[in-house]
Amino acid sequence: MSTTRKRVYGYLAEFKNPSQLYKAAEKVRDAGFKKWDCYSPYPIHGLDGAMGLKRSILPWFVFFGGITGTATAFTLAYTTQVVLYPTVVQGKPANIFTVPAFFPIMFELTILFSGFTVLFGLLALIQLPRLNHPLFASRQFHRATDDGFFIAIEARDHQFSPEKTREMLAEFGGSNIELVEEEE
Amino acid sequence: MEASTQTAQEANAGVKLPVLEREKLILNDRSYHWITERICGVLENRQPLLWWLLFVPSALIALLGVGGGLFHLVSTGVGVWGNTNRVMWGWPIVNFVFWIGIGHAGTLISAILFLTRQNWRTSINRAAEAMTIFAVMCAGIFPAFHVGRVWFAWFLAPIPNANAIWQNFKSPLLWDVFAVSTYFTISLIFWYLGMVPDLATIRDRCKPGLRKILYGIFALGWRGGNRQWSHYEMAYLLLAALSTPLVLSVHSVVSFDFATSVVPGWHTTIFPPYFVAGAIFGGFAMVLTIMIPARFIYGLQDMITMKHIDNMAKIILLTGTIVGYAYLMELFVAFYSGAIYEMDAFKFRIAGPYWWAYAAMMSLNVISPQFFWFKKCRENLWVVMAIAMCVNIGMWFERFVIIVTTLARMWLPGDWKTYSPSAQDQFLFVGTIGMFLALFLLFLRFLPCINIAEVKWTLPQSDPHHDDIEEHPDDGAVKEAAYQKELS
Repeated sequence: MSTTRKRVYGYLAEFKNPSQLYKAAEKVRDAGFKKWDCYSPYPIHGLDGAMGLKRSILPWFVFFGGITGTATAFTLAYTTQVVLYPTVVQGKPANIFTVPAFFPIMFELTILFSGFTVLFGLLALIQLPRLNHPLFASRQFHRATDDGFFIAIEARDHQFSPEKTREMLAEFGGSNIELVEEEE
Repeated sequence: MEASTQTAQEANAGVKLPVLEREKLILNDRSYHWITERICGVLENRQPLLWWLLFVPSALIALLGVGGGLFHLVSTGVGVWGNTNRVMWGWPIVNFVFWIGIGHAGTLISAILFLTRQNWRTSINRAAEAMTIFAVMCAGIFPAFHVGRVWFAWFLAPIPNANAIWQNFKSPLLWDVFAVSTYFTISLIFWYLGMVPDLATIRDRCKPGLRKILYGIFALGWRGGNRQWSHYEMAYLLLAALSTPLVLSVHSVVSFDFATSVVPGWHTTIFPPYFVAGAIFGGFAMVLTIMIPARFIYGLQDMITMKHIDNMAKIILLTGTIVGYAYLMELFVAFYSGAIYEMDAFKFRIAGPYWWAYAAMMSLNVISPQFFWFKKCRENLWVVMAIAMCVNIGMWFERFVIIVTTLARMWLPGDWKTYSPSAQDQFLFVGTIGMFLALFLLFLRFLPCINIAEVKWTLPQSDPHHDDIEEHPDDGAVKEAAYQKELS
């Protein structure tokens, strides 16, 4: 007899194709669930609306990341060329009027900082990297990155009930409904 | 007269219009699982003998050419190169511009074709992005060692030297440092982020073991949930939007190295667009050179179809024609401006001791792609390969013509000197070709060479409303407008 205690993560149900998943997602959304997700091997367009997800806020992060880049480049170029050690080269003045010559670097650093903000902002928003996840214990979940379409409803959701949620998923067209457990 | 008062819509009401069928991006109605199997198979199965036959020599050439070549260079001094006081840039900078240009096709495919919704890009973007990364790595070697004493290469970074003098931010050479390093970093982020879902696919197919752990680490724990996809799609869009101006800026900045100097033959405003078009031109030729054989070796014909090759050939035709226009416009402006020094520089290019380089550039870059006007030429892979090779060589000659012929004949006649590369120059260049090929073969061996997730997304059944369309077949006759539905 195993002595490890297990905690229920939630139900995982498979759907036949993206359209089934899409229709089921609309029904799960309307049933008022909050802690659930649809899993698919590729992004399904329109599923955000079917799940009731808002538009990603990543662009805002990137906007401020980009501005930081522009400001960094300007400060770096201006302080070193005009304040700290003014050098007159190429007949260009050592004052604010030399700023057009800084534009290429200001542009490049805007892009560089924005790019890093995209990377780290994305990782923060999707809460990755992580080494493991309860869903990886499922015997069918590996197909979510191949040709499987799944909905997982978490037990943390206050509407979750061991019987009713299973029935609901079956009613919406889910098959291979599985209770996913994680080891404590 | 009555008929003329009818609108076109009324006249055509109820008429069944023929719906032109789009050429499919993935042939033979392949399933999701087939795509996974085929692409993962490339790296899961034993590599074909040809892989080893290509990898071993290219790795050896890379080791000897880049490893040995640079060791000799650093331990002896840059004098081993053919560079002189006059032609101080010579082959190293020719090769730098050549390699950095190769990379541009990758970013064009991954970013610009993404923004313009060209879905055919999905089959080739991963490999083209990998090419970008490797080409920029090859390119970086040259300026880094061209500084002379490579242990002072950190002078390029914005750190003051011992006399508290900072870098010259007004110099295009420093702009270049920022542009190329930003380009490399952003391309790497784009490439890697695009690969995360596919690495998860490979992770989920691995048996438990070291392999699974390694792919698992790089897949970051990706699960493919829509709450992840939603942000991921936005990130991808943002990176595409950032890379588009970036790729245009990189080769523009490279061209500033020349255009901002007051040297006949270089000091022209046409350089930035001309360099960017040339870079995309040369880059697409390299994509074809590498993808046509890879497609055969790994049996990827259903995913990289003749349509993909046709599209790429057309882009080569377009950019090649732009490049040809730029060459002719350069000549015209030299003549029309009445600047005798400018005209003299071009006379020297065409009829001087380097006439053969100019002739090679003109015939390989301007004339050879014109064959792509003919469908027969675009459909014959031997012809496509031959033209792609012509363009690869021609673009190298273009940089040679721009750099060497100009520096060999600057303002002072006392400065004039012809240039020839040393054996070490050639050794290092061949070494970078080996390095590029070896890195690409390793990429084929260990990473998914086609974007699995995005290719699945281009299948017609991936649309969540796919079966709705089948229930109500669209025969082209509009029965009820969308707003009418909403009103009723």
